[in-house]
Amino acid sequence: MILFVVQALNGFQLGMLLFLIAAGLTLVFGVMKFVNLAHGVQYMLGAYLGVTFAAHAGGFWPALVLASVVAGLAGLVLERLIFRHLYGRSELDQVLATFGVIITLNEIVRVIWGSSPLELAMPEGLSASFQLMEGLRYPVYRVALAGAGILVAVLLAFVVNRTRVGMLIRAGASNQEMVGALGVDIGGLFRLVFGVGAMLAGFAGVLAGPLVSVEPGMGENLLILAFVVIVIGGVGSIRGAFVAAVIVGLVDTLGRAMITDAAKALLSGPASARLGPAVASMLIYLVMAAVLAVRPTGLFPARA
Amino acid sequence: MRRSGLLLPLVLFGVLALVPGLRAAGVPLGGFWPLLLERVIVFAIAAMSLDLILGIGGLVSFGHAAPLAIGAYTVAILNEANVTEAALVVPCAMVAAGVFALLTGAVALRTRGINFIMITLAFAQMVFFAVSSLADYGGEDGYTLFSRTRVLGHDWLGANNFYVSALVVLFGVWLLLRMISLSRFGRALAACRQNRVRVRALGLDPFAIELVAMVIAAMICAVAGVLMANEAEFVSPAYGGWQRSGDLMVMVILGGIGSLHGAILGAFVVVLAEEGLGRLTQHWPLIYGPGLILAVLYLRGGLAGIGVRRG
Repeated sequence: MILFVVQALNGFQLGMLLFLIAAGLTLVFGVMKFVNLAHGVQYMLGAYLGVTFAAHAGGFWPALVLASVVAGLAGLVLERLIFRHLYGRSELDQVLATFGVIITLNEIVRVIWGSSPLELAMPEGLSASFQLMEGLRYPVYRVALAGAGILVAVLLAFVVNRTRVGMLIRAGASNQEMVGALGVDIGGLFRLVFGVGAMLAGFAGVLAGPLVSVEPGMGENLLILAFVVIVIGGVGSIRGAFVAAVIVGLVDTLGRAMITDAAKALLSGPASARLGPAVASMLIYLVMAAVLAVRPTGLFPARA
Repeated sequence: MRRSGLLLPLVLFGVLALVPGLRAAGVPLGGFWPLLLERVIVFAIAAMSLDLILGIGGLVSFGHAAPLAIGAYTVAILNEANVTEAALVVPCAMVAAGVFALLTGAVALRTRGINFIMITLAFAQMVFFAVSSLADYGGEDGYTLFSRTRVLGHDWLGANNFYVSALVVLFGVWLLLRMISLSRFGRALAACRQNRVRVRALGLDPFAIELVAMVIAAMICAVAGVLMANEAEFVSPAYGGWQRSGDLMVMVILGGIGSLHGAILGAFVVVLAEEGLGRLTQHWPLIYGPGLILAVLYLRGGLAGIGVRRG
């Protein structure tokens, strides 16, 4: 039971991390039909900048703000230099060019910060653990991370659904030419969405920093999970991204814990030890396949 | 349809045949270049099979490393069971990859565009994590083969004969894919790329055509996986990594999408970039990455497309 609670909490927190990455990705795709594989790079950049700023700019909190902003700016620079030449090109071109961006930026990070993993210390105020239930202490930091994810989700939902900018974003997603014809600066709108998306990914990178090892290529595994999230949730939908992120986070974390046990109980002998991890690692993809088999456009398609 | 002359492919095969030709003429050829070209040939087979679905079928699969890894791991798993006969290994690899493509393709083909890209990527990642967790076969560290696969008892995949055998397979695959692309099925597949609605109006089923193409491509790619495992005498999860899928796509695009033989050019450029630039500097991705971006932005139609008009 205790194990279950801990795993469920960890899973939810992984889900929030995924949501922060998937949100930017899904909005960018929704508005601009632009496939950005390099979105995971922003996450990595956020984590590395977090390490550097934490060491030189006075600890975790200033680093969180600075790294998010700088990661967002880096995203805007990339947009200016490369991505804007790709709007309207085929998805294949977009995938390949952003694949090139990943290769390049992973190496730049390697040149600047080295290949060996770095560590980002937890902020002191949140490094403690607290009594969650009888016999279970849980780190405050992980709860704070999940809280930050929920906060961002609420904020995004409010902006997208209730404000003028959000209205333009939704309008841009359903008919970009029409919005442009009505005199809205669609390029500016997109840069805003793109910058915010990059910033959120950077923000997620700093938040994840104390929990994972900060290393080149750290963004891609999470990016592919974020893809699974978007596919399950429905491309372009913030609500879908949130729900799917929680599902993926929970299924992945709980699956790894439970399938291995279940395999041990069901199959005796060494076969269980071999099969368990293999099946567990495939679980979220099977969930994705199941969702798509029923709803090819995902759980909450952005428009009919 | 794309006009595809026979001159360039034949020149390419001629160049690749130089190595065994010179050896037969008594020139002692060894070391770096023949080994590099072996890798080019194996990658060219994989990339060419991707070209069937990507170039001719217009299906942007970002998961073509999956059948490659399935082929390679079939070799490893059967190797562990002391089965090293190609007459068993190759069919097993092809069936395994074919079944995988059939199941995942049936899901992925329900979607279009960006979803298709992300789903094929996700399924390849599933294979990657699955083989990473095969503790009996080295897990994340990979697995070293006890012995290379033998063909009907012959040592045709041994270090001395590998080059010629791989080249023969590449030539066979090229002939086969060329025949497929010129066949009624190949034309229907190309039609699916251009306009699915019209294909359906003609009474054909685009879903079935594309699914069959994905299965064929995966089965051919599994052969490349078998060869790759033998060439390195080693398999590792990296065979199925997403970067490998990306590399295969780059080979197809760089070489010239839809041309089949362009895959040879693309494989040559990518393998040479990795090995050659890797000798120049350990930070070779700093050249490869920007080069790739520039190629996508400015080099439309790829290397094989230079001088060839596309309609």
